[in-house]
Amino acid sequence: MADTDIAIIEDLSFAYDRRPVLHGIGLRIARGKVVAVMGQSGCGKTTLLRIISAALMPTQGSARVLGSVTSELDRDGLYALRRRMGMLFQFGALFTDMSVFDNVAFQMREHTDLPEDAIRDLVLLKLEAVGLRGAAQRMPTELSGGMARRVALARAIALDPQLILYDEPFTGLDPIALGVIARLVRQLNDSLGATSIIVTHDVAETLPLVDYVYFMADGRVVAEGTADEVRRSGVAFVEQFVSGAIDGPVPFHYPAAGYQADLGLAAAA
Amino acid sequence: MMLVAPLRTALTRLGAAVTAGVWRLGYAARFFFYLLVHSGTAFRRFRLTVREIYFAGVLSLIIILVSGLFVGMVLALQGYETLQRYGSSEALGVLVALSLVRELGPVVAGLLFASRAGSAITAEIGLMKATEQLSAMEMMAVDPIARVVAPRFWGGVISMPVLAALFSAMGIFGGYLVGVVLIGVDEGAFWSQMQAAVDVRNDILNGVIKSVVFGVAVTLIAVFEGYDAPPTAEGVSGATTRTVVTSSLAILALDFVLTALMFTGGA
Repeated sequence: MADTDIAIIEDLSFAYDRRPVLHGIGLRIARGKVVAVMGQSGCGKTTLLRIISAALMPTQGSARVLGSVTSELDRDGLYALRRRMGMLFQFGALFTDMSVFDNVAFQMREHTDLPEDAIRDLVLLKLEAVGLRGAAQRMPTELSGGMARRVALARAIALDPQLILYDEPFTGLDPIALGVIARLVRQLNDSLGATSIIVTHDVAETLPLVDYVYFMADGRVVAEGTADEVRRSGVAFVEQFVSGAIDGPVPFHYPAAGYQADLGLAAAA
Repeated sequence: MMLVAPLRTALTRLGAAVTAGVWRLGYAARFFFYLLVHSGTAFRRFRLTVREIYFAGVLSLIIILVSGLFVGMVLALQGYETLQRYGSSEALGVLVALSLVRELGPVVAGLLFASRAGSAITAEIGLMKATEQLSAMEMMAVDPIARVVAPRFWGGVISMPVLAALFSAMGIFGGYLVGVVLIGVDEGAFWSQMQAAVDVRNDILNGVIKSVVFGVAVTLIAVFEGYDAPPTAEGVSGATTRTVVTSSLAILALDFVLTALMFTGGA
């Protein structure tokens, strides 16, 4: 593994029971970069993220993350690896029985012996970074969707992770909240010296933000490069995805029998 | 020949259902073993367990105390009606106390605990799973079984015998109110016969053992159903229902087995 690569996925395949989801995926995530994995819903990108986070193990091939092959780790090794990662879930996944402050302090209390005074300072520092220091004592149910996502982001970076994973970070946000999260992703990645992997289908917000993009379709990588490179790649799927065209390689109509036959017109004729 | 295909289908379904049932039972056993092995956090950081004792135990107090009072009052009414026919209404205290301490205390408190606290535990863990809170914990290198499940399990196991004891105590008080205060049974006979007839080891200890066993069964079923619930609204709702049904049946079945073991030896 080159020093510059923080994650290397090689010839990776995965199946849920007997249903194949990923086929021979290969990708490299360079240290310090913000990398997007894009594709339509159901293309396998979230599964890929779960493999990178070692929540799932590949059926074939390997995932080397932060220097460790995930499938070779025991429980302790897995937890040691995860302490070096942070993850932002699609809807935040904040602990609803804890305040914003306690959510961000959770990992510090679980994994460190820091005194409560030091934890308080660190939590306020993290909340300040996402602009929500003033909401420290509020409960997650009192937050808007965008605020909850920012708190979850503060929690994800609580222990200054080397790798931050984002699962659909822009889903369900209003334009202002979306812009705030997008800016924070870039800003926190650069200020922490971390590496970020964003799994998303949000083209408009993601392409200007990232250093490198992988496009996936049907469990395979179909295009990769910088934002400009993939825009000019000429791959029909990418062009349809970026432009949002309703028909193309991904057809508008789900495969079905003949329309007339379904309506019974063929028989009548 | 016409019957072969449906028969094969029926047998296949039966086989699949039995296999699935056995697999789930095995999974539950492994879950229980893992839970016991990773219970250290629940005791090292006992405040986590204390919080669950509050939610499972303290918040169940009202329903347990009120139910205990009424069950004791009904026992006294029914018991007096029968005993006075044989001229032994002074034994009312014994009847009420033994019924409660040996049977009704642990069983009815267990059933109420399953409905009130068991269902709440399942729903809470199931919703934490559905909203990815357990996955988030896993991603933070915190074992959800050690951090979330074990404190709830031990909180329930500790709460249940205390609730059963309070149910019995309240029931005896209810029996006293109806038997002595309302009907007029001799107070001295009520208490002295009760004191003479109720044995600490044979009656009270066996009742406590029953309530501990029911506490383990109900809480284990509750945490397992929550942890194993499909992460959807329907999944959590189904798991909550299964907790109440399975716990209730488990309590009644275990009560029969424990009663047979405890109280039939000297007969």
